[in-house]
Amino acid sequence: MDNVLAFGAASAEAGRIDAVFLFITVIGGFFFLLTQGLLIYFAVRYRRRSPERDNETPGITGNHLLEFFWILIPTLVVVAIFYYGWRVYDDLREPRPGATEVYVTGRQWMWEVKYPDGRTALNEIRVPQGKPVKFILTATDVIHGFYLPDFRVKMDAIPGRLTSLWVQPDRTGEYTIYCTVYCGDGHSNMNARLIVMPPEQYVAWAAGKEERGEGEEQLSLHERGERIVGRTGCLNCHAVSGKEKIGPNFHGVYGSTVPLSDGTSVKADEEYLRESIVDPGAKVVKGYPNVMPTYKTTLKPDEVQAVIEFLKKPD
Amino acid sequence: MSAGEESGIAGNGRGYLSERGWRSWAFTLDHKRIGAMYLWSTIVFFLLGGVFALLLRLELLSPQAKYFSNHAYNVFFTLHGAMMIFLFVIPAIPSGLGNFLIPLHLGAKDVAFPRLNLASYWIFAAGFLVIIGSLVAPMDTGWTFYTPYSAKTGAAVATLSLGVFLIGMSSILTGLNFIVTIHKLRAPGMTWHRLPLFIWSMYATSIIQVVATPVVGVTFLLLAAERLLGVGFFDPSKGGDPVLFQHFFWFYSHPVVYVMILPAMGIVSEVIPVFSRKPIFGYNAIAYSSLAIAFIGFLVWGHHMFTSGMSPLANTIFSFLTFFVAVPTAVKVFNWIATLYRGSITFESPMLYALTFIFLFIIGGLTGPFLGALATNVQLHDTYFVVAHFHYTMMGGTVMGFFAGLHYWFPKMTGRMLNEKVARVAWALVFLGFNLTFFTMFIAGTRGMPRRYAEYIPKFHTENVISTVGSAILALGILVMMWNFVQGLRKGAQAPSDPWRSLTLEWRAASPPETENFHEIPQVADWPYGYGTRKA
Repeated sequence: MDNVLAFGAASAEAGRIDAVFLFITVIGGFFFLLTQGLLIYFAVRYRRRSPERDNETPGITGNHLLEFFWILIPTLVVVAIFYYGWRVYDDLREPRPGATEVYVTGRQWMWEVKYPDGRTALNEIRVPQGKPVKFILTATDVIHGFYLPDFRVKMDAIPGRLTSLWVQPDRTGEYTIYCTVYCGDGHSNMNARLIVMPPEQYVAWAAGKEERGEGEEQLSLHERGERIVGRTGCLNCHAVSGKEKIGPNFHGVYGSTVPLSDGTSVKADEEYLRESIVDPGAKVVKGYPNVMPTYKTTLKPDEVQAVIEFLKKPD
Repeated sequence: MSAGEESGIAGNGRGYLSERGWRSWAFTLDHKRIGAMYLWSTIVFFLLGGVFALLLRLELLSPQAKYFSNHAYNVFFTLHGAMMIFLFVIPAIPSGLGNFLIPLHLGAKDVAFPRLNLASYWIFAAGFLVIIGSLVAPMDTGWTFYTPYSAKTGAAVATLSLGVFLIGMSSILTGLNFIVTIHKLRAPGMTWHRLPLFIWSMYATSIIQVVATPVVGVTFLLLAAERLLGVGFFDPSKGGDPVLFQHFFWFYSHPVVYVMILPAMGIVSEVIPVFSRKPIFGYNAIAYSSLAIAFIGFLVWGHHMFTSGMSPLANTIFSFLTFFVAVPTAVKVFNWIATLYRGSITFESPMLYALTFIFLFIIGGLTGPFLGALATNVQLHDTYFVVAHFHYTMMGGTVMGFFAGLHYWFPKMTGRMLNEKVARVAWALVFLGFNLTFFTMFIAGTRGMPRRYAEYIPKFHTENVISTVGSAILALGILVMMWNFVQGLRKGAQAPSDPWRSLTLEWRAASPPETENFHEIPQVADWPYGYGTRKA
């Protein structure tokens, strides 16, 4: 079933949903050819050939038998499509037993991830291949939508509620998570990655042997900062240069004089950058919304230092 | 069969249009003038909404934001949706063509409450002025106003809500007026089963407007209270529920898609027999399927919310009921196609658009089950697949039906004929452009591209480029059509009273009709579809 659609299914369940898609496509295709075929055939075959023909058309006003069947047959067909769609939906509603759980919170404009053992991450979820995993969703501000197209599933993340969906990835690799409920200026940048790891690698990672940001300590501070900026969602809202996204661009920020929303201004030195990372609401740049979350618990102090080094020369 | 002969007075180019000056329009009680005012207003908003659509397509030429900020893009799609839905698709056919045609179709002098009719127009005008006023802080919520986003954004949500509230009130009054008119003002001999099918579809439409519109009015009042008074209907931190808004919103906005499509189906049911020279096939089935669609349409709003955390049981019931809208819809399509069988078909512009309606609406209809079925809905919801499906039914359906109606009744409304050659060029461009623009969206959606994205990942680039090229061709076609309308108004040939040899009563009046419509109230002895002469 892999190549039915333009991109492969990443789980057995996705294959079952593709089968429903294919089923409806075949039925729809049949009725498409039937109706469009007759429409075009009649239009061509019965085009007016001479004015006299206008007075020779038959006065057909209906045909009860025909009408009975073209009510009955579509009714049976739609009931069949409903049943198949419902059947697969119902089968896939509850996760297989033993699912790992991951809490995912949507906020403008990022996905916060919490693993049951207390580890956290932003815009990146790691799961083992071949095991069921259940995402428990909520949101802090507005409604977001958690969409995994490779797995053919989505579910809204709603403030004040917990909703859930699950997948069982067949293959290792990286898959994109999209936000599908419109949530403001950063909506189309609110992506995250689902990283499906080989089980043994996942176990090692989960045990902390491979820290998040594996081996980053050996890198130069600048390189390490670049990686952190890439994996923690900074670039969802900050462009390095060029057209601005939600927040100010990184290019040229270090050392510049930044006008603040309270009318004062401040020089963007190391301390200002540090404060803006761990307490972004303290000094908001004039003209920008105060929407950035704190990275106080997400980044360790040495990671913050690495990010500051990166910001000095972002390109 | 009695209506075919030349009983109307040949149009002298004046008729109901003879009086001049703004007062003759602003204070008119003539349903034809009020209908014309609605048509002008709605076409202006159609063009404006179209400009926003072109800006969206322009931005989507490149995966990264290039011409506009994300915020500007979000404002554009909100205004595109809100204007097209509330100021064009909902009012254009019912309030525009409906106002013009209902009394003429019934053999009446006017609607039942002409003053109320004028009030409806001015309430509508107040509504669109308020909506234009809301542009000082333009809306960025999408036309669906989902809470909590709409309760938090800095845009003029309350203002726009007030505008929609007024438009809704106008819609209710018009619906009420039409229901009473259809019940009380039918000419002698015009029994229910001799009504033109356009009237049946307008009757079903009016019922939906009267029953469903108050709900959206109340919903927008609640939203305004949420924003202005801080009441927490939809705010979980105050004990409210954000999903409740979606229920209220779709309880109106789903039935209202039938307000949009049913009148267009009515137009197609009029045009197909005239240009096939055959009786409509299955009159009763078409008439009652309109009522069935209107009724079932009230029970399926939940299918917009399968991923909103509703209970699986509710999802199942809504999915099941949704499929039953497909049956009366399919019946209509079969009936139109059967009407063509053994006809003597000509392809003037109204017929081209009516056939295009059927062609595109079949595609729109057949992509519905993908979204009605639960398993595939969960995949496709909120992707471009939905955008494509919606535009195939609403633009491929309603707007093509509207174009068919405009070309069909242009001679009656203005007393002038359109240039057929130009009309066909416009049609070809519209047909090509439409399919390029929107068919590619099915592909993008199936491949997982979410809707309302100002920026997208490069793998969807090809689809978006094709779609943008298509939108330019579509826009060109519509410009040619508008140019043709203007030329037709200025110097079109004098229209005879019945240029298409139609049997409905409006063609017995002059082109354009006199203010009183008919010199004497017509007597009706037969249904208006007696085209075939030989018994089957």
